[in-house]
Amino acid sequence: MPRRRDSKQLKDARHENELFRRRAIAAFVIATLCLLGLAARFHYLQVDRYDDFSARSESNRVSLRRIAPSRGLIYDREGVLLAENVAAWRLEVVPEQAGDMDDLLKRLRDVVPLSEEDVERFLALRKAKRSFQATPLRLKLSEEEIARFAVERWRFPGVDVVPYLTRHYPLGQELGHLVGYVGRIDEKDLARVDETAYDGTTHIGKSGIERSYEELLHGVPGYELVEVNADRRPLRVLERVAPKAGRNLYLTIDSRLQIATEQAFAGKTGSAVAIDPRNGEVLAMVSIPGFDPNLFVNGISRVDYQGLLNAPNMPLFNRALVGTYEPGSTIKPFLGLGGLELGVVTAETTVNSTGEYFLPGQKRSYRDWRSGGHGRVNLIQALAQSVNTYFYSLAVAMGIDRMSQYLAQFGFGAPTGIDLVGEGKGILPSREWKRANLNQEWYPGETVISGIGQGYWTVTPLQLANATATLANQGIGHVPHLLKAMQDGFNAPIVEPSMSAPLPNIVKNVRHWETVRDGMIAVTHGGTASKVSIGSPYVMAGKTGTAQRYSRTGNVSNAPTDAKNRHKALFVAFAPAEAPVIALGLVLEFGSSGSGDAAPVARKIVDAWLLKGKPKAPAAPDEVTP
Amino acid sequence: MIEQLRWQLRQWVASSLRPNLDFPLVGALLLLAGIGVANLYSAGDYDLDLVIRQSIRLVIGLVLMLVIARVTPIALRNWTPWLYAGSIGFLLLVTALGEGRGAHRWLDLGVLRFQPSELLKLTMPMMAAWFLNRSHLPPSWLTVAMTALLIAIPAGLIAEQPDLGTALLVISSGLFAIFLAGIAWWRIGLIAGVVGAVIPVAWQFLHEYQRNRVRMLMDPDSDPLGLGWHIIQSKIAVGSGGMWGKGWHHGTQSRLEFLPEHTTDFAFSVFAEEWGLVGVCGLLALYLFIIGRCLWIATNARDTYSRLLAGSLSLSFFVYVIVNGGMISGILPVVGVPLPFISYGGTSAVSLLATFGVLMSVHAHRRRGS
Repeated sequence: MPRRRDSKQLKDARHENELFRRRAIAAFVIATLCLLGLAARFHYLQVDRYDDFSARSESNRVSLRRIAPSRGLIYDREGVLLAENVAAWRLEVVPEQAGDMDDLLKRLRDVVPLSEEDVERFLALRKAKRSFQATPLRLKLSEEEIARFAVERWRFPGVDVVPYLTRHYPLGQELGHLVGYVGRIDEKDLARVDETAYDGTTHIGKSGIERSYEELLHGVPGYELVEVNADRRPLRVLERVAPKAGRNLYLTIDSRLQIATEQAFAGKTGSAVAIDPRNGEVLAMVSIPGFDPNLFVNGISRVDYQGLLNAPNMPLFNRALVGTYEPGSTIKPFLGLGGLELGVVTAETTVNSTGEYFLPGQKRSYRDWRSGGHGRVNLIQALAQSVNTYFYSLAVAMGIDRMSQYLAQFGFGAPTGIDLVGEGKGILPSREWKRANLNQEWYPGETVISGIGQGYWTVTPLQLANATATLANQGIGHVPHLLKAMQDGFNAPIVEPSMSAPLPNIVKNVRHWETVRDGMIAVTHGGTASKVSIGSPYVMAGKTGTAQRYSRTGNVSNAPTDAKNRHKALFVAFAPAEAPVIALGLVLEFGSSGSGDAAPVARKIVDAWLLKGKPKAPAAPDEVTP
Repeated sequence: MIEQLRWQLRQWVASSLRPNLDFPLVGALLLLAGIGVANLYSAGDYDLDLVIRQSIRLVIGLVLMLVIARVTPIALRNWTPWLYAGSIGFLLLVTALGEGRGAHRWLDLGVLRFQPSELLKLTMPMMAAWFLNRSHLPPSWLTVAMTALLIAIPAGLIAEQPDLGTALLVISSGLFAIFLAGIAWWRIGLIAGVVGAVIPVAWQFLHEYQRNRVRMLMDPDSDPLGLGWHIIQSKIAVGSGGMWGKGWHHGTQSRLEFLPEHTTDFAFSVFAEEWGLVGVCGLLALYLFIIGRCLWIATNARDTYSRLLAGSLSLSFFVYVIVNGGMISGILPVVGVPLPFISYGGTSAVSLLATFGVLMSVHAHRRRGS
């Protein structure tokens, strides 16, 4: 086409158009060639190498399997095993391969017995997991069940018998409350933890130490890359990263003392906590009756569980940690120390006990336990004889505000901070507490009875032991704890965590402390619990307490059948009085008095600790008359 | 008189019923989207949520396509510099906000959360076409160099994010415009030679994970459990599909979780496994038809700007297909490029349909009578 100057624009447009058309065709040809090349590649993969890839797809599959870490063991302070892992077998189902689940379960029942609970738990867990993940159906198969299933196994694709480690508590009953137990993970637990870390793990700490130290005990899961065939049966392991076992824990508990404490109760309902006052280590923590934690590990049957739940003496209730009791006279040493420290009384101050105490201008009488009274007594005598009138007048002179403020320092009315979940906190009576909880004014009469540990007062046995330990250590408290040391694997060194700093000293003047201590020694030497020291090679300082359900009416029912209305007998103690190494808080639910019933139990416990390895001292008398 | 009115009425009805759309192309796109959704339902293991979400995005995209189809190419051309500057601005915003936080591609505008780099997939060819259209074609060295600069700015910003896959797509869409503008073949050869020489230098600037992807491509079996896993599992999926495939929802590789990202980047592997070579060839033919139809629309465009824009958009679409197909069959590195309408992904579906809106607009304003 000849060029024409005057139509350059037009010619260029036509030229550009033509240029574009050629380029577009070139591009389309290139694109077609590329796509043909791609198709050739697919042909190569899907036709030429079909056999190869088909075989790899059908028979060689690599699957990732999580390996649950083995749970850390729990020992007592001497290395006695409290929780171990033992080999067992369980039945697992991969839902994806199992087909019709209802039919499978029906057929499986004829081979291996399955309880309703097993099936319910399995179906619930199955929803939370993916269909290709193995889900446990029955735990702890017996030898016979394994053998029976092995024969019938071909009928059940996707079902397998798998070895696993199950938790066992060798001491059972003795430490059920304290060590707690593990149980099968349910959906609620899965929501609480990192799910991938628990993929493959079947059990999780449900109570006690097992629950509180779950993170340390669980460990880190490993994984395995396994070559599996078309039925997902493992052929060989390609790569394995070993799981990291959970940490072994050493508790401050002495299992020997724990057992001795339990035996000292001789089956009577109650609770005792023993603490080393020098460092806050809990030596024994007993709640009676106990329960066998082994029942819970592989799924407790409904009958067993209902039995435990509905038993009148509530074996599942951890009295030591959660039970709250009226402390009665056991708070008197603390109040007495407060009187001295705050300058309300001196060691020489005396009060005349006539058997009845009246607030000025009021007619209502507050009584001594001994009719006719104890006469004129100072603090030491008042502690020894548990003279109510002395403490009535001390409480009134101190006033409720100063009293509750002072006693709060011993940890009353607040959780101690022990390393167990779900601690109770009791009630320390105060104006603020009453306003916040009952929305009522404080009455002067309530100050009077608060002085002898009655009224709104409640404490847990742990709080009682903790306060006594603080008192025994001359006012320097420690947060009570159960973890003594831990170990990162079996050959690793046992590491004790650095001890937390003691709490601030409460006692300003050691003289005051000595007076109270002497009063508590007098309790066991000529006082309300004098029989408890007979034949004892060490000096025990103590204080009795009897919480009465009907303190002023005298209408006390003490018949064994009327358990609910019987007295609760309490005792606090520390020993040896000159250099205490054990402090004790003890509650006997159906005792008639602190001196008669609780103190002898305390003596046995302290004997077990202080006289260990020594020739047996003459046994403390079982019956002590008040 | 009556005849004239009747003729006008007929014209009016026809234009209303045919809202500027090229029906063969729309039909092919709808067919493709249908295949994509059906494949997604299988690849996602009957996850209806996934399918519904994708369908909603497709509907949004289709509406957007209809809207853009109504805009004239002249209006698009006038807005081009502003749209380009705007998308560069968004990119800078992402770079500024994402400092020191690893891969940062998303911009959160409260109601709308999107990747600004997706915008460039449309605004980059627009800008290249706009700039090339300003001078006579074929372009001079200077024009080519200036266009290259316009490409390099957003490409650099996207590569910084780092998102090498999208950066390469943006670069290629700009280069297609230059190619279609008629740059001489010997110049193309020269540029290719220079680029070939520059590659070893560029290698130094790649991120370690990008280098590993290229290394894995060369020999995926060397690290079967690490980076090679994707490629090997994808090849097993594709290869085991054979000639006729395993059938819909009968693919085992994705079902047993061996194939990673089987609803997104590797959705094509699932398709290949379940429909075999026959299905793959059918799908590739459908893609080829769409590419060819788009190029035909471009050729018939009224002006140079529309031609260049429509042409480079068509070829970009081709690049998605070839890069994703090459990746899942193990001949190209694993870069995160979705397969149009088959891979799950909201932004991708919407932005793709927007580009087809542009093509429809070009088609509606084509040269008549040619």
